[in-house]
Amino acid sequence: MIEINSLTKVYQEGDSAGVRAVNDISFTVDEGRFYTLLGPSGCGKTTTLRCIAGLEKANGGEIVVAGNKVFSAKDGTFVPAYRRPIGMVFQSYAIWPHMTVFENVAFPLRVGKQRVSNSDVKSKVKNALGQVELDGYEDRMATQLSGGQQQRLALARALVREPKVLLLDEPLSNLDAKLRERMRFELRELQRRLRITTLYVTHDQIEALSMSNVIAVMNSGVIVQEGPPREVYLQPKTKFVANFIGSTNQLSGQVVKIEGDGIGSVRTEDGEISCNVLEGLSVGSKVVVVIRPESIYLNQQKPAAAANILEGKIGAAMFLGEYVDCTVELGKNMLQTHQRYTTQVRRGDPVWVELPAGECMALPAE
Amino acid sequence: MATATIPRTGRMGVTLDPALLIPVVGAGVLIYLAVLPLLMLFIGSFQAEVAPREFVYTLKNYQAAYASQYTYSTFVNSLIFATGSAGLTFFLGTLLAWLTERTNVPLRGIFVPIAVVPLILPGVLESIAWIFLLSPKFGYLNVALMTLFGLDSPPFNVFSLPGMIWVHSVGQVPLAFLLMVAAFKSMDPSLEESAMMSGAATWQTFRRITLRLLMPTAASVLLILFVRTLESFETPALIGIPARIYVYTSEIYLAFNEYPPDYGRGGALAVGLLLLSAVGVWMYTRATKEGKKFQTVTGKAFRPRQFDLGPWRWAGFAFLMTYFVFVVLLPFLVLFWASFLPFFATPGWDALDKLSLDNYRYLYGFRPFWDALQNSIVLATLTATVAMVLTSLVAWIVYKSRLPGSWILDFLAFVPITIPGIVMGMALILLYVAFPIPIYGTIWVLMIAYVTRYIPYGMRAASGSILQIHSELEEAASASGASWWETFKRVTLPLLRPGLVAGWIYICIVSFREFSTSVLLATGESRVLSILLFTMFEQGQVTVVAAIGMCMIATLLTIVAVFYKLTGKIGIQT
Repeated sequence: MIEINSLTKVYQEGDSAGVRAVNDISFTVDEGRFYTLLGPSGCGKTTTLRCIAGLEKANGGEIVVAGNKVFSAKDGTFVPAYRRPIGMVFQSYAIWPHMTVFENVAFPLRVGKQRVSNSDVKSKVKNALGQVELDGYEDRMATQLSGGQQQRLALARALVREPKVLLLDEPLSNLDAKLRERMRFELRELQRRLRITTLYVTHDQIEALSMSNVIAVMNSGVIVQEGPPREVYLQPKTKFVANFIGSTNQLSGQVVKIEGDGIGSVRTEDGEISCNVLEGLSVGSKVVVVIRPESIYLNQQKPAAAANILEGKIGAAMFLGEYVDCTVELGKNMLQTHQRYTTQVRRGDPVWVELPAGECMALPAE
Repeated sequence: MATATIPRTGRMGVTLDPALLIPVVGAGVLIYLAVLPLLMLFIGSFQAEVAPREFVYTLKNYQAAYASQYTYSTFVNSLIFATGSAGLTFFLGTLLAWLTERTNVPLRGIFVPIAVVPLILPGVLESIAWIFLLSPKFGYLNVALMTLFGLDSPPFNVFSLPGMIWVHSVGQVPLAFLLMVAAFKSMDPSLEESAMMSGAATWQTFRRITLRLLMPTAASVLLILFVRTLESFETPALIGIPARIYVYTSEIYLAFNEYPPDYGRGGALAVGLLLLSAVGVWMYTRATKEGKKFQTVTGKAFRPRQFDLGPWRWAGFAFLMTYFVFVVLLPFLVLFWASFLPFFATPGWDALDKLSLDNYRYLYGFRPFWDALQNSIVLATLTATVAMVLTSLVAWIVYKSRLPGSWILDFLAFVPITIPGIVMGMALILLYVAFPIPIYGTIWVLMIAYVTRYIPYGMRAASGSILQIHSELEEAASASGASWWETFKRVTLPLLRPGLVAGWIYICIVSFREFSTSVLLATGESRVLSILLFTMFEQGQVTVVAAIGMCMIATLLTIVAVFYKLTGKIGIQT
């Protein structure tokens, strides 16, 4: 439904070479999928979205939306934003303050090429408002709505034209935490119900993980990893991805052994760890072993098995309700672990840390 | 509410009784400054004779003012002048703001400061410069166009209503420009982008979104320009009176300048102008409130969406360059040139020989010039100081103490914004001729007039900085063990200072160029620079006037330079 080939966008600043906000990226969003661009601010995700929308003109590459080429640097194609079959929700919602709720949603039907009869406008607006549970608010001024309601209104307005593609630019970032959680759920339900192809931009890993079919993690204008949420979370391919999504422990070391199936051993300052080793690494490679805090087990007695057991002592333990955030001092490194809320430990207690080999990943150190 | 907040002042170290006394004194001062003159004006307009021993009621002043053969033409002239100026100023200011803020016109960045430069040119000088340029007899532009195109008659005549509108407008453009730049800047570009994403083409977006969103701001800008034109006297005095085109301000001035002065008719005219202006200001505040409703989003910084003008951007550039050369640069140049001439002459090779420093040499030994310069400087600095001290006190009472009834102070401090300068002058004459306080004819009456008129400006600067200081900042200081005095000295005052300094400088500048109040109040030894310019221009010493003008501009530039130096040094860049 959306195809991006070698998209490049350069911002020219004076005489300098310019900033490559988006640097030769390609990806495809299949029909009906929820595809998320995830990355820190300034990584190029919003620029990519705006190029697809037609609000920015890219410098290189090609964009195809719903089978129509809307941008191509090669032959100079540039379909203006208002001719693209796209609905978009902005971070600030961009609700027009001089219109009522009804007029805001009716606007897309009243401008543009095909004329919609008045009775059709009414029924379509009613339908769109119903989908976002704003029935009965038609005559309110748009500014009288709460933040969450404005957000739904923006969604209704984006959907009323029945676009082929829905673009969402950090739509939940202006909501408070509780509301954000609920809207996350509702947005996902609505997308699944309408089966509308959706491109979502966010810096919030939880939004990305919970709503997407596919996540593309972006950094410095390029996609560093693309895949289903589980894969991106559990098998990060770079240190950046491991760090950006969730919290992570890192132990640096050197690969000492590689077996088949991507399994190997890494020698770290605090002992040898057997773990998954990323393809392309070989014996002698400098690596970091990353492991999630919630993957780590703590044993208060020395366990019988000896594989992947490191000895240490409790540094600090913080009871956070859902879990206990417990740091362990190894010989040289510190590990952050999440333990069940029933865990009772004290600073200085000796512990034996167990690292499940399947949940440790050795990634290139650079 | 009231009972909950009184302990706050108690904790700040001010005991309850003086705390209640301060607002009462503040209100007294404001009533004395703003309300009493208006009351006297009102009474005076019904007074049969000037300063009689007792009050004799009459309506003949109003009859003379509003039922004469000139009533209709004055009304129509004022209306055309104010509407035309507001419209032209708004158009030019908006176009400049839009080209520099929202388009890709080449070099647009350098035009932003340039567009504001005319602020430094006092209104009297602006009018004089344009007379030099567009006078039908000797105007440089007229002469140039006539020789260039072989015309028989001068294409422009500044001594006409369109001439007045043009001259007044170009002086006001910086104000409209600044207000519209702010409006364009505060507009969330995603409001336009979302229209495009809804399928609206560029023109549809502009018409249905951009224009509609700008409308409340445009209405309030137009209203403020309308009121300011109605109140202005520079152009009506220097161009209108010689051209026999009279508006309300010039009628008031002429009533005062008759022999014997007709204070009654002048007062009646002033009451009418005051009412008109008050209605304008009232509509302005309503329009501004309406505009605030449209501010949906937070104070986030926007990257404004730029319109790609395509080849038209060169047309925009040409417009900006033309504006810069003809409207900004030329008035300065013509004054500069004329200040070296013995008498006004068209430029040419033969004129080059006549250039000399004689005018400046003459000024050096010209006593009235030095007196006027001294008066202007003393008045500007004193006015600014008194106004800022007074308004920071009032602003503190209104926004921090929240004592019951403090809104009255807020209202009283806003009243002077409706008083046209010449009306203020008229009112003070009536007040101090009737009251036996011997300050009429001194610079003190001028200071009272200036302070009163600029209280609203001072309030804006002071309340801005006071509101910016969250009470937690002061509370944090006392929680750190600072006494009330230490808190004030080390936290409150440094935070207030930049805003107060900015307000001080602004009032200093507007006082220095003040004309329409001074024209009635500054006489003889209390004469200020703008009035000296006016009288000498009327006497025909036009090239000396140009030299005085250059000195005036130099002084203003010095004030601004000192301002930048000071604000650079003291704290807080926000």
